[in-house]
Amino acid sequence: MSAKVGRNGSRSIKVDYLTRVEGEGSILVKLKGDQVQDVQLRIFEPPRLFEAFLRGRHYLETPDIVARICGICPVAYQMSAVHALERILGITVDPAVRLLRRLLYCGEWIESHALHIFLLHAPDFLGYPDVISMAAGHRELVEQALRLKKIGNRVMTVLGGREIHPISVTVGGFHKVPAKADLRVLVDELAWARDTSVAAARIVAGLEFPDFKQDYEFVALSHPEEYPLNEGRLVSNKGLDIEVAEYGEQFVEQHVKHSNALHSRLRERGAYLVGPLARFNLNFDKLPETAQQVAGECGVTPPCRNPFRGIVVRAVELVFACEEALRLIAQYEAPAAPRVLAHVCPGVGHAATEAPRGVLYHRYEIDERGLILNAQIVPPTAQNQKRIEDDLWHYVPQLTGLPVETITAKCEQAVRNYDPCISCATHFVKVQRVG
Amino acid sequence: MLVLCCGNPDRGDDAAGLLVARRLRKLGIDCLEHSGEGLSLLEAWQGADEVVLVDAVVTGRPAGAVSVWDALAAPLAGWPLPGSSHALGLAEAVALGRVLGRLPRRVTLYGIEARRFELGKRPGRALLRGVVEVAKRIRADGADRRPPV
Repeated sequence: MSAKVGRNGSRSIKVDYLTRVEGEGSILVKLKGDQVQDVQLRIFEPPRLFEAFLRGRHYLETPDIVARICGICPVAYQMSAVHALERILGITVDPAVRLLRRLLYCGEWIESHALHIFLLHAPDFLGYPDVISMAAGHRELVEQALRLKKIGNRVMTVLGGREIHPISVTVGGFHKVPAKADLRVLVDELAWARDTSVAAARIVAGLEFPDFKQDYEFVALSHPEEYPLNEGRLVSNKGLDIEVAEYGEQFVEQHVKHSNALHSRLRERGAYLVGPLARFNLNFDKLPETAQQVAGECGVTPPCRNPFRGIVVRAVELVFACEEALRLIAQYEAPAAPRVLAHVCPGVGHAATEAPRGVLYHRYEIDERGLILNAQIVPPTAQNQKRIEDDLWHYVPQLTGLPVETITAKCEQAVRNYDPCISCATHFVKVQRVG
Repeated sequence: MLVLCCGNPDRGDDAAGLLVARRLRKLGIDCLEHSGEGLSLLEAWQGADEVVLVDAVVTGRPAGAVSVWDALAAPLAGWPLPGSSHALGLAEAVALGRVLGRLPRRVTLYGIEARRFELGKRPGRALLRGVVEVAKRIRADGADRRPPV
């Protein structure tokens, strides 16, 4: 971190490395008096060129390649990819396969949300520099978080073959599906996870939240019958209601000089927000009763426009993911076949699923041999970049009387509201504060 | 004794631990390859009495130079590579393990001085000398051997 005072009295706050986020990025905030002059979320994680890697590869290789984009949310990349490709090939998967995919996604939400809520973001609210310092005063909370994360990873291992970069997902289904007994062994731990998540949500709700609200456009998937994970229409609180295939007509990616990740905007209205807050506000009625009750007890009800309360919403979603996993396991009957085979045909397919951090859009074009001609991958952090900068534009004026170190810490906390995954987005941020 | 060799095969010299693992296997010594992600390291060494960790380090010494630390004797603060992540690194895993009382009785860290971490690059020649040396020292320190086939 560094701070400079210019000749004209302007101040710059530069956070050189944004920590407790995935990947490399920085934040630059320029102040003149109490006026913010510039905010830049600088993503210098090198471009990762996954879309280019995919060109010329056979479509069946896609789930394994895109899983490598992220070690925290590989399932999200696999899910968006297989759905998009299945749309090209006209594949409808067995209902049991659909159930298993939803269960696999629950595992990823559990491990990712547990990690972010308790190990990465809670230290900001409790005044610790990191989880190691926090563990001394909140040992039980940290131990619980580690066990929660482990349970999420266990679900991913049972369904995906391993906890990071699962290997069982394929276009049309799975290479191998579990027997009922394989899932039953998860029930006791998931029941503990659900009960612990409920208690943890109440603890998180007791944290101190800055008084900060914004008029966000929330964008998320919406499904008529369930809290969105793998499918649905793309909707917002400001009138958006489209099929995923219409994504390109409504959204645009733009290069900005200070970021190696493209900024996404709604063509008509600019910045928007994806992630837990958007999902919660747009799909509250689809949450199971337990999660709705916990949300009410925790003081979060839609519309929740305070991004700092996102940590509570994430905890509510953790309750949901555990509850949903238990429901799915209770319903599971192994499919007749693990996957559906299809004849290759050329075409274009789109899909969006709900990664832990928000909407993840994929588009593929394949030829008659099944080779990928074009791929487009729009991760949630890339979509939230502009919104993160806008939050800082509006939040920093509340902080200008504070010491630079305090402003810096609060800006980092504000960025972590979004749980940014910089590696995914570059295909993101050292925080540099100038002020 | 549990030998955990950490590294990333696609980041140049960061592959150091993995290269040591492959060499140890050829020497008949059991070991595990590991990404170095801290929370899963805590799981990996749970129940172990004695752990040997191998990873790339940057301390300013020449590339390939080997350093050995008793990880329990002093905090490894400042040891990890610069950067940021959703994941904790090896040094943070040791620090968190210390706070939570989740450390083996003995943790020895072999660090191989690394210089280049570019995506897709091969490890440098100087690093490979360190890989050979660490494998020899672990064998000499009495790691378990597989039964002869």
